[in-house]
Amino acid sequence: MNETGANPQPDQEQAPITDAGPVVVFRNVTIAFDGPPVLEDVSFSIAPGETRVLLGPAGVGKSVLLKLVNGLLRPDQGSILLFGEEISHMPEQKLFPLRTRVGMVFQEGALFDSLTVRDNVAYQLIQEQVPDAEIDQRVRDALRFVELEETFDLFPASLSGGMRRRVAIARALIRTPELLLYDSPTGGLDPLTSTTIIELIVKERDVSHTPSLLVTHRLQDAFILCNHRFDPEQGRMVPLPKGVTDPGTTFLMLEEGRLIFDGSLHELVKSKNPFVREFLE
Amino acid sequence: MAIQTIEKTAKNLVLTVQDYSLFAWRAFTNLYRPPIYWPEFLVQADIIGFGSISIVVLTGLSTGGVLALQSSATLAQFGATAITGQFVSLTMIRELGPILTGVMVSGRNASSMASELGSMVVTEQIDAMRALGVDPLRKLVTPRIAATITMLFFLTIVSDACGIAGGGLVTVLMNHQNGTQYLNMAWEHLRYPDIIQGLVKPLFFGYILSSIGCFYGMRTTGGTQGVGRSTIQAVVWASVLIIFVDFLLTQVLLTLMPPI
Repeated sequence: MNETGANPQPDQEQAPITDAGPVVVFRNVTIAFDGPPVLEDVSFSIAPGETRVLLGPAGVGKSVLLKLVNGLLRPDQGSILLFGEEISHMPEQKLFPLRTRVGMVFQEGALFDSLTVRDNVAYQLIQEQVPDAEIDQRVRDALRFVELEETFDLFPASLSGGMRRRVAIARALIRTPELLLYDSPTGGLDPLTSTTIIELIVKERDVSHTPSLLVTHRLQDAFILCNHRFDPEQGRMVPLPKGVTDPGTTFLMLEEGRLIFDGSLHELVKSKNPFVREFLE
Repeated sequence: MAIQTIEKTAKNLVLTVQDYSLFAWRAFTNLYRPPIYWPEFLVQADIIGFGSISIVVLTGLSTGGVLALQSSATLAQFGATAITGQFVSLTMIRELGPILTGVMVSGRNASSMASELGSMVVTEQIDAMRALGVDPLRKLVTPRIAATITMLFFLTIVSDACGIAGGGLVTVLMNHQNGTQYLNMAWEHLRYPDIIQGLVKPLFFGYILSSIGCFYGMRTTGGTQGVGRSTIQAVVWASVLIIFVDFLLTQVLLTLMPPI
């Protein structure tokens, strides 16, 4: 954990690093767009199998941070390592192969509205010229995972907001990514649909153990992620015993572009940082 | 305050020119480097080419007709109405066919490219494409540019033919002149340099209108209002650049292939 009062500087050396090496490393990353920095001196890492939940109110730079992870945006200062490769100044052409190893779920799904659900989910496979029969099978498997098999031939316009997010999750998962990035996957959804989405994320975490970074401003989503596990026998998410949390799920918190918290749920709720306290309460 | 505004505008203009140059160069070099997305090329060729035929035919026919009407009145003063065919065909092939087709297709397709790509930008579809490991410049921009260059070439030929036909109709039906004489004059005074000049221009115009349309689409910001803004900018700048480049090209081509 890293927490030093009102305006602390998280220390990269304290971030969890396993033997296999972190999947993502941020070192003193700063980025600005025609004004004050959106992110300033941000450092953290994501270890293999780890799920990191990035908390913070709207407009603190959470989505920007997520886009920096796979090089959709470039930092003004600092370095970013993805799968051990420095991507801060990597040419776009070299980034494309790296990005195919990352699954990303955008805030509103970002489905291609001129393509069917099948072609959306299979987008990468179609580019790789995978045979049609194999594509159909893999798309059906991915849609079954998100419980939307019946949408195979539909266009995104005919899906509800929650269904679009689930299709976006299927699209992110179809190539078995080595890292998953979720940008506010429950934003703007009703509580029931939000829980369905979080259940899918928990299922992916506990079944595939894919490292992930989840951006959200909804505290309840973060707590569900930490307090639940996926039970393959029952085929659904079940609560962990009282006082037990998922050890692989940890938290980051941003305040006005600065990382003010990096630690476990236990450390988060015990935090004395006024901003963290205000956010929790 | 006013100086600051001028300074900011000037900086933005220079930055836009720089961004466009880089964008246009990358899009151009992509035309020669794999992967080339042939299905996207064919879809765009259909949308841009066949979709624009009606406006090109109508514009060509009307322009040729107007040329015949206007020129015959003037030529009659010198007893030279016989050269109406030559006048219409040379004007259509060397100048009006390419430029009118360029401007008309620009109004139809530069705007559609800017709005389509702009909508994709504001709904994060372009970012999603990049995140899925696909280069939007290769997948979306290069096929549009290649298809526009190819189809504008053929549309210009259609426009030229329709212009000459329109001029012929007016000459025969309204000016009551001899149709065979019109066609003979239209054909006999054509030289290869005239045809080359008329067919080199659409290659440049196609590149300009498609790259401008895609450029403004891809740099859209500010939601749906931004899409509207990009569309307007794309049409305005594509049309203005086409007319300006036409002037430069005409100068260069007349120097290389001087009229007899």
